[in-house]
Amino acid sequence: MNRTSDFETRRQHLKDLTDEQLYERFWSLTEEIVKPLVDLSYTHTSPGIERSVLLRMGFSSLEAQPIVDYGTKWNLLGKGMGNVVLTYAKLKKIDYLKAGEELAKGIGWDLVAPKMKGGDK
Amino acid sequence: MVERLEENKKLDVEEILKDLDKYEPKWRGWHWREPYKSGKVGEFQYHEVSLPLKKSQPLPAARSFEGIDPQPKAVITTEIASGRFEDDIRRMRMAAWHGADHLMVIRTAGQSHFDGLIEGTPEGIGGVPITRKQVRATRKAIDLIEEEVGRKINFHSYVSGVAGPDIAVMFAEEGVNGAHQDPQYNVLYRNINMFRSFVDAAVAKGIMTWADMLQIDGAHNANATAMKGYNVMPELMVQHAINAKFSEMVGMKPENIALSTVPPTSAPAPCMRYDLPYAVALRQLFDKYKMRAQMNTKYIESCEREATVGHTLNLLISELTSADIQSTITPDEGRNVPWHYNNIHAINTAKQAFIGMDGLMDMVELRKDGYLPETVRELKEKSILFLEEMIEAGGYFKAVDSGFFVDSGEYPERNGDGIARKMEGGDAVGTIVKREEDYFAPVCAHFGYNNVPKEYKKACDAIHECTLCNHSKIKYIDELDENDNVFKRMEKVKEDGTVIPEVQWSKDGYIKVTLCLPENEQISEAAALEMGKRMNLKDVEILHKQVLQKSEGTLVEIKGVCDFTPVKRDELVLPKRRKVLGQKQMKDYVKEHSVKVVGATVGEDEHSVGLREIIDIKHGGVERFGIEAIYLGTSCPIEKLVDAAIESKAQAILCSTIITHNDVHTKNMKKLHELCVEKGVRDKLILVSGGTQVTDEIAKAQGMDVGFGRGSNGTDVASFIIKKLMGLDTDAEE
Repeated sequence: MNRTSDFETRRQHLKDLTDEQLYERFWSLTEEIVKPLVDLSYTHTSPGIERSVLLRMGFSSLEAQPIVDYGTKWNLLGKGMGNVVLTYAKLKKIDYLKAGEELAKGIGWDLVAPKMKGGDK
Repeated sequence: MVERLEENKKLDVEEILKDLDKYEPKWRGWHWREPYKSGKVGEFQYHEVSLPLKKSQPLPAARSFEGIDPQPKAVITTEIASGRFEDDIRRMRMAAWHGADHLMVIRTAGQSHFDGLIEGTPEGIGGVPITRKQVRATRKAIDLIEEEVGRKINFHSYVSGVAGPDIAVMFAEEGVNGAHQDPQYNVLYRNINMFRSFVDAAVAKGIMTWADMLQIDGAHNANATAMKGYNVMPELMVQHAINAKFSEMVGMKPENIALSTVPPTSAPAPCMRYDLPYAVALRQLFDKYKMRAQMNTKYIESCEREATVGHTLNLLISELTSADIQSTITPDEGRNVPWHYNNIHAINTAKQAFIGMDGLMDMVELRKDGYLPETVRELKEKSILFLEEMIEAGGYFKAVDSGFFVDSGEYPERNGDGIARKMEGGDAVGTIVKREEDYFAPVCAHFGYNNVPKEYKKACDAIHECTLCNHSKIKYIDELDENDNVFKRMEKVKEDGTVIPEVQWSKDGYIKVTLCLPENEQISEAAALEMGKRMNLKDVEILHKQVLQKSEGTLVEIKGVCDFTPVKRDELVLPKRRKVLGQKQMKDYVKEHSVKVVGATVGEDEHSVGLREIIDIKHGGVERFGIEAIYLGTSCPIEKLVDAAIESKAQAILCSTIITHNDVHTKNMKKLHELCVEKGVRDKLILVSGGTQVTDEIAKAQGMDVGFGRGSNGTDVASFIIKKLMGLDTDAEE
């Protein structure tokens, strides 16, 4: 967009506001813009986020990467990858770290995916 | 295991690299300097200082102020990232000794687009690959350095790119204290998909919040990117606001949120008229948050002097308004990746300016009427109008999509050249996924919806502690590349007794040469390169050119790599550092045997400062040991000096010479010696000569007993005279 400055006409509704009112307006507008961004973040996840969960669970970056890649392929990111690892560990009755190792190698996805999807796959 | 550093010993990088798999950070969170309420340092009363350091390297001029090193209030940042962290940690130690307590590490080119953590210690380009090993080793070194200087040091890097959450976790685990985190940076400058950037950012910020890290935003990049940095001021405030508010709404404490603010313009623009109103407007609108004042990089050229003056003006803005963190830019930023000593220069520019301006605002105040408040108001209104138009356009994402940001017009003017990013575009587009109802992440510090099963008190109970609760659960990776790693690099620069200049890496061999050539720019440039080669330099490059006058001359600075047989440490003849007597011993001697000296600056020489310092009790001169000194002033004839010595029965003559034209200094020394011989008093008088160009060798060659050059003091002189009178060896070394 090209536009010469129309500051004088635009500012008419602001020109009589006190400094405090300007401050309030600045922050309430900001909040209005930011709120949907926070909501979106609250309800979504991503490969990066799921890797960060796996790291916090004690997996190395070399394990976290393939687990998330397989998880994306099997459409399981929305369940949480940590959740997937725990579910697989329970299924196989093994330690979750061992379960993650297997999943990182591509083992067990055919088992855990149907379990988590409630048979919808 | 290194327990602590010895100030006269180099940092042992090999030691640092040992047992890293078990190393845990000593503390987390951010450290602000402790206020120093009494404010008394040396003979001075300060008003804006923090607690002094245990060990430090004061400013050069401190020599005349009893070596004091008052520390400003603001945390001082320096950015160190040469591509090899093993060299950076040595520079960090230098920086800490000069007063830096915020060490920022720039990432290697392209790390933003790396999908996951980088591991090991590969060499970087334009920065360092930020890996767990690099972070852990650096933090371990910093833990030792902060112990040595006596103040906690904040370690800082970047949480951005498509691996933001991964990096945030690693930083929280490894005790990194601060980070840049701003999803707008990803979107605008790295073209990473905007939805992905914000979703990732919320989680990253949540993890940073757990670790109590300080966050710095990325708004300053708009200033550096825009064609006219000073036209984006209203937008800069909007960018600051979006990141600050977003961070706060995902749980970060306002006091851990810092704005990266830069004075937007530079001379020859009348920069104060832009920079000051902008700084004031920011501090009024963002009163809840912290100010990280950065120096301008947008208009930096290759002239280090110009950069330093620009940065000093930036520091004036900080003093006139406020700065919680003062970042520094090295004066060679416009030339190359910063060299060791330029970090030190930049830190000292900040320290020197702040200490020099200490208490300024007790004497002056900012006007409450006229241009300043009117411009502040205008900026605020413009930023509000910007926000209003974003909402009209349908919110943040739509505004970015339609090129609202980094337009070269000062809002509301628009030039249609902003950075537009597509909602359905950019790196990692389409990678965010809605969390399902049974989404579960069994870890702490996880922002967003998390369906933690009822049987667990906290999320990580499901795995019996996450890595944030139990550091030993972290899986440490040492190296992945058997060739590109720190061990291989260090093998090539093993200690072998040689002394090789370096500017960033061990034994890099770089030096800088300044040439003032009486030729035009074109000839000077070619000549300088040729001269560099004839000086046995390899890879000669021009660093800086400046026309003195189009035909009369050009200043050229070149750099090149030394290509001559290396100097060996044990083959050097070291300059003498005479052992001085103890103060008590000297005082006791003078009490029992009165000692008298006669001193003057000889010849047609009006310099008096040096000799006064050698004599005067208040400068720590010979008088403090009880020695009686008769001072004959400046431009004193040699005859008068010798006669006065004979008349007063002095044991020594102190002869000061500064002017060296036509070797007048050596001629005067010789004359002094010969006159004493002539008058038959040479063996009764100790002849001491001093001056900036005097050395012991020159003085002795002219018949003096001793010569004292630059850096000598009253103690050295008194000790020499007393030793001589006591019949001790005057040349015994330390």
